[in-house]
Amino acid sequence: MITVDDLRVRFGETEAVKGVSFAVPEGSSFGIVGESGSGKSTVLRALSGLNDDWTGRMTVKGQVLAPNRGKDFFRRVQMVFQDPYGSLHPRQTVDRALSEPLLVHGIGDADARIARALAEVALPPAARFRYPHQLSGGQRQRVAIARGLMAEPEVLLLDEPTSALDVSVQAEVLNLLADLQQRRGLTYVMVSHNLAVVAHLCPMIGVMQGGEMVEILSGEDLRAGRTTHPHTTELRALSTELEEA
Amino acid sequence: MSTTTLRDWLLTDTPSSRAQAAWGRRYRLWCDFRANPLAMAGLIVTVLLIAVSLLAPWLATHDPGAQNLANRLARPSAAHWLGTDELGRDIYSRVLYGGRVTLGMVVAVVVLVAPLGLAVGCIAGYVGGVADRVLMRVTDVFLAFPRLILALAFVAAIKPGVTSAIAAIALTAWPPYARLARAETMMIRSSDYIAAVRLTGAAKARIILRHVAPMCLGSLIVRVTLDMSSIILTAASLGFLGMGAQPPSPEWGAMIATARRFILDQWWVPTIPGIAIFVASLAFNLLGDGLRDVLDPKQR
Amino acid sequence: MLVEIENLTVSFPTPQGMSHAVRGVSLTLGAEKMGIVGESGSGKSLTARSILRLLPENARIAADKLTFDGIDVLRAREGAMRAIRGKRAGLILQDPKYSLNPVMTAGEQIAEAWRTHRKGSRREALSAAVDLLAQVQIRDPRRVAEAYPHELSGGMGQRVMIAMMLAPDPEMLIADEPTSALDATVQAEILRLLEDLVSRRGMALILISHDLPLVSHFCDRVLVMYAGRIVEELRAGDLTHAQHAYTRGLLDCLPTLSHPKPRLPVMVRDPAWLS
Repeated sequence: MITVDDLRVRFGETEAVKGVSFAVPEGSSFGIVGESGSGKSTVLRALSGLNDDWTGRMTVKGQVLAPNRGKDFFRRVQMVFQDPYGSLHPRQTVDRALSEPLLVHGIGDADARIARALAEVALPPAARFRYPHQLSGGQRQRVAIARGLMAEPEVLLLDEPTSALDVSVQAEVLNLLADLQQRRGLTYVMVSHNLAVVAHLCPMIGVMQGGEMVEILSGEDLRAGRTTHPHTTELRALSTELEEA
Repeated sequence: MSTTTLRDWLLTDTPSSRAQAAWGRRYRLWCDFRANPLAMAGLIVTVLLIAVSLLAPWLATHDPGAQNLANRLARPSAAHWLGTDELGRDIYSRVLYGGRVTLGMVVAVVVLVAPLGLAVGCIAGYVGGVADRVLMRVTDVFLAFPRLILALAFVAAIKPGVTSAIAAIALTAWPPYARLARAETMMIRSSDYIAAVRLTGAAKARIILRHVAPMCLGSLIVRVTLDMSSIILTAASLGFLGMGAQPPSPEWGAMIATARRFILDQWWVPTIPGIAIFVASLAFNLLGDGLRDVLDPKQR
Repeated sequence: MLVEIENLTVSFPTPQGMSHAVRGVSLTLGAEKMGIVGESGSGKSLTARSILRLLPENARIAADKLTFDGIDVLRAREGAMRAIRGKRAGLILQDPKYSLNPVMTAGEQIAEAWRTHRKGSRREALSAAVDLLAQVQIRDPRRVAEAYPHELSGGMGQRVMIAMMLAPDPEMLIADEPTSALDATVQAEILRLLEDLVSRRGMALILISHDLPLVSHFCDRVLVMYAGRIVEELRAGDLTHAQHAYTRGLLDCLPTLSHPKPRLPVMVRDPAWLS
């Protein structure tokens, strides 16, 4: 479904992503973990089309991606951001945020679709005409997910979708993402600093450090401690150390 | 009980339509604004000034152009509440009619300038690159001229009058708005919610018009109200220098200009239009301050 | 040094009436490491900040007793509070980026903190600053002392912040989510450093966090707060014996590497927890 081959991104003098390659099969999830500055979000932004200054080769469903994407690309690939407080327009109601993708792509039947989308992410119909500041963090993230799904994409890019949320809300959002994937056959690429969160949702995980993907391993291997790169081992140790306390 | 139900309808946490949500938001802003007495005073005075100017034909006691040389420079009296000027015209009536000219000029300038500045600033800020450089250098050129001098030169080049004064002031007043809108846009452009809109595949024009510009509007409105007083003053200065409204049309600045000879002996003749300018400027400033607190809390 | 709080309430006026953010919290704190854990809006930060009377301006605070080493915090004059804040009790915030002065070097900032509370020359202050930077386990303290905040990484910035707070030799530290903005590798180091410094100097530490496993790892005891109340107090390492349904819910809904679950349990909030 998605292939990324030797992706490189430069910011001025520094190379933020130094030749990253991975592939995601259709309907599956790929997780990217790494610390701040490892380049994990940069990979996602290049894939999403937000950053058009990259080299390498990326394909979605066999189609090679150009730096500038057409409208149909954005119908197939959508993104959910880390901070639900910043990713919703502060002056637009939920209804407006959800109708925007429909207007852009000329999809009709807005009223029923919005109602359905709200139900799908388990938001009450009463939330429809609220402004973001009248919603909780978890509700906002649900709105952001619903917005991503409005144009019925096949790929959802998740940039730390739960790290700004409380743990109880994180669990709800992770469950929701799992349900949506099952129901719609979505393909996910998820970026997070939290190994446990990524491993929960993604069968394959890429570990990034200093702009390179130092290891790609399966969730089982990670759980069982079959890691090869010292950075992965270190991240795993930090994550399990607290679990056993 | 209909007022409480209307209030509930506006303040509900679960509005049932876009319109209700929008009115609810506006009502909340109004509640914030109302809590600021100085801003309310500014608003009331502004509304009064506009109402009085609009109602001038009914409120005036005399024809503002009617001369009576036998009764020139009269003190305030029952017949002429604020006295008469050097041609025996009733100052009270002239101030009322003058409000139409002066405030009308202000409104005309704002209507011309605010959309232009907003458009230039948003496009420059959002599109960036060459468009940004070109638009901003043009803005800089206009900013580099002293406002009044540029306006003077412009008016002098065409013919003095209200229309050319409006055009001249508009020409010199837009650059700060473009600057402001650009700065706001640069900040908004990098936000996640704009990234999210970009990812819907929306065209640039749509993003600017529907998502960026509305966010700049708040600070722009604030800036406009704060600028209204300086527009009044520029209009008055042009009038004072004989480049604005032409006699006999009553304009506050021109009224002061023609009456400046009498400032020592018949103080009320130039003072009364001066007070009008002062009150209008102060009211706009108070209103602008109040609006800033409500619309643009981060700039407090 | 002893902090005593009895029946503390913090509330905020809203158009709909008073909203109570902290509702009847009581605790005592000696020279120990105490964690306060809760989700956003649980009142954990407000509780800790009440001790220093560092609350938002519109907050209404009331308590049967609120003392810092015998000083009545609610009735103390502003001058007396200033003598506590910074000098006897330090506050470490989440992101050092926002709490350090961007136009002063790290060394100057620490030296200034040192000089406001102790007497000494500039030279003494600067050497004290370098010494403090060494104490927070910065390998090259002289170089870091001359660096500006933007030249430091997040973890380094947080160390500078801690060094600054240690300068007046305080008796208590309040660390409000000190590592939430940091990477996991750095997070552990900073917390170990804090733990070590606090134990060695015999200080009291209040560690505020949303991360229950993390806090229980580093503290002697943990208070779990929910909706403005303490619902449970746990000894460190006693997480498995948590009694309250909320505490257990917080632990269960975490995804883990060691015990994978196909679906995460979702917390069902019992209205009875509020009473």
